[in-house]
Amino acid sequence: MEFYRAHVLVCGGTGCTSSGSMNIIDKFNDELEKHGLQNEIKLVRTGCFGLCEVGPIVIVYPEGAFYSRVKVEDVPEIVAEHLVKGRIVTRLLYHDSIAEEQAIKSLDEVGFYKKQLRLALRNCGVIDPENIDEYIAFDGYKALGRVLTEMTPEQVIDTIKASGLRGRGGAGFPTGLKWEFTRNAVGDKKYVCCNADEGDPGAFMDRSILEGDPHSVLEAMTIAGYAVGADQGYIYVRAEYPIAVKRLTIAIAQAREYGLLGKNIFGTDFSFDIELRLGAGAFVCGEETALMASIEGRRGEPRPRPPFPAVKGVFSKPTLLNNVETYANIPQIIMNGPEWFRSIGTEKSKGTKVFALGGKINNTGLVEVPMGTTLREIVYEIGGGIPGGKKFKAAQTGGPSGGCIPAQHLDTPIDYDSLTQIGSMMGSGGLIVMDEDNCMVDIARFFLDFTVDESCGKCPPCRIGTRRMLELLDKIVSGKGEEGDIEKLELLAKNIKASALCGLGQTAPNPVLSTIRYFRDEYEAHIKEKRCPAGVCQALLRYVIVAELCKGCGLCARNCPVEAISGERKKPYTIDTDKCIKCGLCMEKCPFNAIVKQ
Amino acid sequence: MATSVLAQDTQKFAELQMVIEEYKGQEGPLMPILHKAQEIYGYLPLEVQNYIAEQLGIPITDIYGVATFYSQFTLKPKGKYKIGICMGTACYVKGAQKVLDKLQEVLNIKVGDSTDDGKFTLEATRCLGACGLAPVMVINDQVYGRLTPNDIEGIIAKYKDE
Repeated sequence: MEFYRAHVLVCGGTGCTSSGSMNIIDKFNDELEKHGLQNEIKLVRTGCFGLCEVGPIVIVYPEGAFYSRVKVEDVPEIVAEHLVKGRIVTRLLYHDSIAEEQAIKSLDEVGFYKKQLRLALRNCGVIDPENIDEYIAFDGYKALGRVLTEMTPEQVIDTIKASGLRGRGGAGFPTGLKWEFTRNAVGDKKYVCCNADEGDPGAFMDRSILEGDPHSVLEAMTIAGYAVGADQGYIYVRAEYPIAVKRLTIAIAQAREYGLLGKNIFGTDFSFDIELRLGAGAFVCGEETALMASIEGRRGEPRPRPPFPAVKGVFSKPTLLNNVETYANIPQIIMNGPEWFRSIGTEKSKGTKVFALGGKINNTGLVEVPMGTTLREIVYEIGGGIPGGKKFKAAQTGGPSGGCIPAQHLDTPIDYDSLTQIGSMMGSGGLIVMDEDNCMVDIARFFLDFTVDESCGKCPPCRIGTRRMLELLDKIVSGKGEEGDIEKLELLAKNIKASALCGLGQTAPNPVLSTIRYFRDEYEAHIKEKRCPAGVCQALLRYVIVAELCKGCGLCARNCPVEAISGERKKPYTIDTDKCIKCGLCMEKCPFNAIVKQ
Repeated sequence: MATSVLAQDTQKFAELQMVIEEYKGQEGPLMPILHKAQEIYGYLPLEVQNYIAEQLGIPITDIYGVATFYSQFTLKPKGKYKIGICMGTACYVKGAQKVLDKLQEVLNIKVGDSTDDGKFTLEATRCLGACGLAPVMVINDQVYGRLTPNDIEGIIAKYKDE
């Protein structure tokens, strides 16, 4: 085996790829060759490092130098200075990773990583996801070996049950129980499925695991196949994730080649294989019965449960369905034992949770924290707070099924039960931060718009009910809200929750209910005062010129497309609100910031 | 009668036949076949759906039902440049709507439509997962991040001239 004196890790996740990391890799290859270093320095394209905000990211070991927002033009300097002369290029280092006197902090000391505990993401940003040998070198497939050669299926299920692992897709059902139900179901053929149809807007946890560590999911599914008695697995993945699809395809081919998928795995009489199935852009397919209909090649419409998938699933056979992140935890639970896993987290929620941190936050990216970490720690310590010194208003979790968590609940420890208690939900892990500039009625409208568009149309409460709710919200944000509209929304929400067919329909009203619960005053300001306190809802805005700041230059009047601004030079101008079309051009052009939205 | 899509291009037709042959025997072959058929033709013309129906022995109504259920399948040809503006939550709270408004203005089309010259198709997409770059837009495979409405005209102009 070759020995390399340094490793250059370049992030190949979707975030960094979008900001050009592939060109950086090409450039590194060129430059390493130019300096004749290709046998001394190993270039690795890894999965996501998590800190997408400062991508593309390059980390150079052994020093652990964390270069951020690297451009192709920076590569020759990194090679010539750092790799040839051993001088770290300080100007490119991520600012928070620089200790006093220009020394580098280790990654565990950087604010973004300090409070994190990476279990599901343990290999993301560490190994090359397209190379099975690297996964194996990090104890990959060891858990599968142990399961197949030393454990009975019952022992495997008991281990998962004892670990307290709950489904990471959102609902939090105990994973071990699901496995047991599927094992006990009667059937000549059984299936193991992986739900990788990550449809919540603003959520990319599962994608990062598939892109950064695809073998962990394959290994876990194979373990599950052994435990429940299945020989065929399906991964249902969004077609919108081309990199994840590509790496899964490579991973499956490599695992087959190594005999880790296919017939007689590890020389036992256990056989198992996995196939990929691509979604085609339907949010509802994240619901388990809809997902299975889609695998079968039908419209992805949910059906009533029971029968549950454990009894009657894909092709009417007993089926185990877990989420990507749930699977990513399995091999470690087998290797380290259930007690180890139980020691992390809170009383009823064990282990860690991955969150996709986005919105108005400094460190956008992927974070994994022990259950019970507070929202404040995530937003302010890991996330680095809110840009521009703005005030935290709310965090949205659970996507279109979840709700908003306002500032007074910042110190709530995050686990399944506490989030449900305060009117949101864990969801799959999207965590969008909103500041004072975001209007909560507008956000509720945004989610309802999403739900209406994605409703499969099978059951009337969701198909018609959510549309009626959207109409009410449209009315409110356009300044036509009436007394009683809030109550109508609440009544509709209650009825939809009680009568919709599937989980997505039943939870669709949550964003509205939780914003009414915590921000009723904003709804009332829209309805009674025809005013949007955050200054977002166009129909309710007025542009006005602050007389004290206006120098009378006339630039605004010259730029106004509808001649709504008038005045005398060197004296304050005024805007005729009746003529104004609220295009905002005047505000953009004013050199004295004398025009404000009210 | 309009010219037959299938007869027009024998190479594409041969590819389609191969795809159907490959998946025919498998369980649940329809979704993968539709994906590949769309890759071959760029969209799913009724004639192609009919042919798949015949070959698989599935009623055309079922195939049409599936093709119209999923938003990624399209029955209309798309423009040369597919513009997708991300409307995920992270992009939305960072002003994606304003960027979209600007795109509609510059291209003079509504979301979901294509320009008359067949050059651009404008789509509002679901979360692309590049939340670190919000708001984000994709033109074919090229990603544009941290957009403001002011960036749009310049970006579109680049493609118009090509």
